[in-house]
Amino acid sequence: MSKAIIKVSDLRKDYHVGEMTVHALRGVDMEIHEGDFAAIMGASGSGKSTMLNILGCLDKPSYGEYQLDGVNMGTMNKNQLAGLRNNKLGFIFQSYNLLPRTTALENVELPLFYNSKVRTKERKERAKHALEQVGLADRMDHMPNQLSGGQQQRVAIARSLVNDPVVILADEATGNLDTRTSYEIMELFQRLNDNGKTIVFVTHEPDIARFMKRNIVFRDGRIQKESLVTDRFNATQLIEALPVEEDYES
Amino acid sequence: MNYINLTKIATTALKRNKFRAILTMLGIIIGVGSVIAMLSIGESSKQSIREEMSDMGTNMIFVMPGQQRRGGVMMGNSNTKTLTLNDIEALRKEAKNITEVSPQVSTSGQAVNGNNNWPTTIYGVDVSYLDIRKYELEDGRVFTDKEIKSLAKVCIVGQTVIENVFNENVDPIGQTIRFGGIPLKVIGVLKEKGENGMGMDQDDMILAPYTSVQRRMLAITHIQSIYASAVSEEQSDAAIGEIETILRQQHKLKEGDEDDFQVRSQAEMVEMVSTVTDMLTLLLGAVAGISLLVGGIGIMNIMFVSVTERTKEIGLRMSVGGRGFDIMMQFLFEAVMLSILGGIIGILFGTALSYLASFALNMPFVVDTQAVGLSFLVCSVIGIFFGWYPARKAANLDPIDAVRHE
Repeated sequence: MSKAIIKVSDLRKDYHVGEMTVHALRGVDMEIHEGDFAAIMGASGSGKSTMLNILGCLDKPSYGEYQLDGVNMGTMNKNQLAGLRNNKLGFIFQSYNLLPRTTALENVELPLFYNSKVRTKERKERAKHALEQVGLADRMDHMPNQLSGGQQQRVAIARSLVNDPVVILADEATGNLDTRTSYEIMELFQRLNDNGKTIVFVTHEPDIARFMKRNIVFRDGRIQKESLVTDRFNATQLIEALPVEEDYES
Repeated sequence: MNYINLTKIATTALKRNKFRAILTMLGIIIGVGSVIAMLSIGESSKQSIREEMSDMGTNMIFVMPGQQRRGGVMMGNSNTKTLTLNDIEALRKEAKNITEVSPQVSTSGQAVNGNNNWPTTIYGVDVSYLDIRKYELEDGRVFTDKEIKSLAKVCIVGQTVIENVFNENVDPIGQTIRFGGIPLKVIGVLKEKGENGMGMDQDDMILAPYTSVQRRMLAITHIQSIYASAVSEEQSDAAIGEIETILRQQHKLKEGDEDDFQVRSQAEMVEMVSTVTDMLTLLLGAVAGISLLVGGIGIMNIMFVSVTERTKEIGLRMSVGGRGFDIMMQFLFEAVMLSILGGIIGILFGTALSYLASFALNMPFVVDTQAVGLSFLVCSVIGIFFGWYPARKAANLDPIDAVRHE
């Protein structure tokens, strides 16, 4: 069995709102292994966002243990968590979150700015390589507003790859995209996964979840169902099967 | 995160909002510019006044008759006759800190030559007076001892009088001027000296032997004032002390009696004027300093706006590994760069302004280097001080809320 990248046991998270206590997570056990491609699903309020925040080392659990790549994050302070995010994690957001008026290349470089071991030359090279991986070698000097939604999300994916993370955390990464572009993004994710990247993908769309290897469904702060995807979609085939949209041709 | 990266991030952020950056800097630019200009103009006006006053001789000392008490009644200065030629003799003999001494008696009247006449003042003086007051002869000669002793009717004339009393192309030497009904032969002409620090024409005068003016015109035995020059400007105070002691002896004043004369030195006058201009400079500088403060507040304000506006960016930077400290430094750097850049432009602006002012006011162009250095320092401090709070606010944002902020 491959190595466990994420290991979570009896994870709980409580929020205090006034005098009320909201139990966002009520005891979650979960493991994500190297090479995994897991969807975290659930309705809003199911705890999947809280889970993602904790997995992303942006938030700490109230109770329970979380080991990321063998490191117990419960014992870490804010700055150490920032270091962990910088070295081990890649984030992708629904709204891309690119810096405006900043070129694609500079956007991708961003995480490496916070890694003092990486020098300017290496930073540029790694950013270029990451952009090549997502197929945007010819768009490096473009500003976000000169790129389509799909291209912007590719830049964001390149940014998440640039620090060579142990796991990529995607939050509704296709939520703002149309079907064809979503499929294209999923095709990219599938390719990255085929090349060995571990990916955790939060979504509430069942048909997007079918591109992944495994589905984990949250409900009321607990894992309701965990299943392997048997009839998995292949993004490349789906794109070929899509009808040609005439108004979308360039 | 190293400082080169920080500088790069800060410059990129400023470049993204060029117009706003310039507007923000404007406060600092105006503040620093006016501080520099005010201090420089103050310094140069001080210098120009000093220059003019030293034209009159910075080691000059003058003695005026002072209050005199006559049976409990204070007499006015003009009526007092406390200074005499004996005082001059005593000073000449005894005072070691003064090099030259001259009496002065003066009266105003019309100078007449042919059909021309001109209201002016005649000063009865000794030859040393020219050295003390830094007058030079352009033509002719000074009085001889014999002329002084014999109450000779001779005079040395200033340029303004010459212009008004003599027709053009007439050599004044050898001509006669009537003053108060007495014909005076012109034996010398003074070089033009221009206005003094207070705007008085220093060429509108006639010099004559003190004996002639004292006896022939005024018919008095006392003298109106004494002019002397100290060995050097530094020795002025010692010279004043010496003169006071000698004159008190001469006037037989007992201990506890008030002086019946007043001693003033040019050095004192320069100091007084300097104090006034210093005060003025300080005042203007303070007003300009306030505008610098306002500029700093402007930076703080815009940094707050910037932090709010870029909450999402801050969240993103934190998500990809930026520590609170990194974020704080980024915003602090931005604020400091804004203020320092504004400061540099302000210094240039202020220097240009003081150059124009010195040009327009015909004063020497001085850049107060101290003010330049100080402005630079103050700008950095303002940047850090006013950037600190917004930067802390940015650093303390919660990355989860920040990155989802719309």
